[in-house]
Amino acid sequence: MMEKVLLKNAETPDSHTVGAYEASGGYQALATVLRDYQPDELIELVKESNLKGRGGAGFATGVKWGFVPKDPALKKYLCCNADEGEPGTFKDRAIMEKDPHQMIEGMILCAYAIGAETAYIYIRGEYTLSIQRLEAALQEAYDKGYLGQRILGSDFNLDIYVHCGAGAYICGEETALIESLEGRRGQPRLKPPFPAIEGLYASPTVVNNVETLACVPHIVTRGAEWFSAIGSASGPGPKLYCLSGHVRKPGLYELPMGIPLRELVEEHAGGAKPGRKIKAVIPGGVSAPMILESDLDVCMDFESLAAAGTMLGSAGVIVIDDNDCVVRVATRITEFFAHESCGKCSPCREGLSWAVKILRRLENGEGKEGDLEQLDFLCDGIFGNTFCALGDGAAWGLRRALQHFRDEFVYHVEKKECPFH
Amino acid sequence: MTVESEVSAESGPRFLTKEMRKKIEEITGRYPTRRSAIMPSLFLAQEEYGYLCDEVLLEVAEALGVPEVWVYEIATFYTMFNTTPVGRFHIKLCTNVSCLLLEAGSLLSHLEKRLGIARGETTGDGLFTLSVVECLGSCDTAPVMQINKTYYETLSAEGIDQILEELKARPADGGREGAPA
Repeated sequence: MMEKVLLKNAETPDSHTVGAYEASGGYQALATVLRDYQPDELIELVKESNLKGRGGAGFATGVKWGFVPKDPALKKYLCCNADEGEPGTFKDRAIMEKDPHQMIEGMILCAYAIGAETAYIYIRGEYTLSIQRLEAALQEAYDKGYLGQRILGSDFNLDIYVHCGAGAYICGEETALIESLEGRRGQPRLKPPFPAIEGLYASPTVVNNVETLACVPHIVTRGAEWFSAIGSASGPGPKLYCLSGHVRKPGLYELPMGIPLRELVEEHAGGAKPGRKIKAVIPGGVSAPMILESDLDVCMDFESLAAAGTMLGSAGVIVIDDNDCVVRVATRITEFFAHESCGKCSPCREGLSWAVKILRRLENGEGKEGDLEQLDFLCDGIFGNTFCALGDGAAWGLRRALQHFRDEFVYHVEKKECPFH
Repeated sequence: MTVESEVSAESGPRFLTKEMRKKIEEITGRYPTRRSAIMPSLFLAQEEYGYLCDEVLLEVAEALGVPEVWVYEIATFYTMFNTTPVGRFHIKLCTNVSCLLLEAGSLLSHLEKRLGIARGETTGDGLFTLSVVECLGSCDTAPVMQINKTYYETLSAEGIDQILEELKARPADGGREGAPA
């Protein structure tokens, strides 16, 4: 089994304090970088590590940092995306509650690389313990000289502020996050311009996920070569996998990128509950289409899951066994997306609430002939036609559920009842 | 623009106290625009009053020197802002997939029956509001609910009964529903 990297301190007493973090080698990466690295050299190091964003899209982190203009006259911003809202996902919360300094050190390093002197942590408002821990950790970092003016005697300055979201899933989308931080409704912006050129307050901005940033100090301390040798070559590194649903041992597992999904579910999470069989698995939060049990040998990396018709997303793995109804699950997922649609574009706003009406009808034993064809039609009308990825994810997942488990849907229409409930 | 209003008899009831206005000014220092301070200011007000009535929204707009509609759109877009009164204990039950698979649906029925209210309603004594929310990010300990700021995990019907009894017995000076931290 891989040594723990991101969770190595998780079981240490007071792991959230600066003392525990320093005792485990914390803030050494910052000292090294401020002494030995020019900002561009740090960007190169992160590029060499081949770290890919852990928020869902999997974009190369060093490349993203490299897009930020070098002009020193331009003010730049860093936003840490801690708006973890993808159903089935609880990894960033673990980092923030158990080892917040790891993420803060990653933020300081990123800010140094891109030349930002102001950074915000956009965190979902429900995460009360994470918010308390981050506020306390930031204060400790200021007191120790890791934040503020002339950090560790260098000429680098940085302030970090916590900004609480208020219950909108869409704010996990980076341009909606920026809109929200500017004090507006969380609605995505048209791209381009991309945030690296024109983001927060119309300034160059990097938005990185909590887990992504938490990887950075380790890359500095142990080297890009070490990092890129862990797991999948195309997107390497340690990875936090969130296991939930119908498994014996739900929980958070740190394992290499690219581990087979079957190993994750059957060995680490203990497999199906007694007397049950796994029917389907959602591999990356509800935006990622479910796959069949027979496809569980797929590897948990960006490319393998894309080839399997789904995605790694947030690595929120939700296991569904043979005692549950896919129509019920698909209905609940579509209700979620319909509720969280920001309302900006019609295919998402109207299409999803229409799909919910039909799905609820099926679940209530009131399905009609033509309902499934109407759902197919709606998926086609939404997918590829929405302003951001929310509508795409919703339609993609529903379409795959309709394909994989057509029999269950047909049963609901023909028998006017659910075979499971 | 700094707004330093005094509480006066002529201006009618005022919701933002001097201390709150001072805190709001402090918050604006974190951002290059005052508009960014709307969300944190609303959390501050909600922490104090439990929900955001129209007068509070107007006073936040005035304190920040921003158009009222900017404040109103934030208060109504984001689900964590209560624009109607909520009970002393705001129960937020997750029914998203991981919780659904572990029968959060039957826990919702149980809560509705126990409290004698439907989702979205508040008990007559003002003690409990029952809301259904999306994923709370604690899926490995499903089913999960949050009451005010506290998470309750691996729920069962019996466990919920115990929690409700414990809350009913709690003295009335407990914390309010509102700000996240």
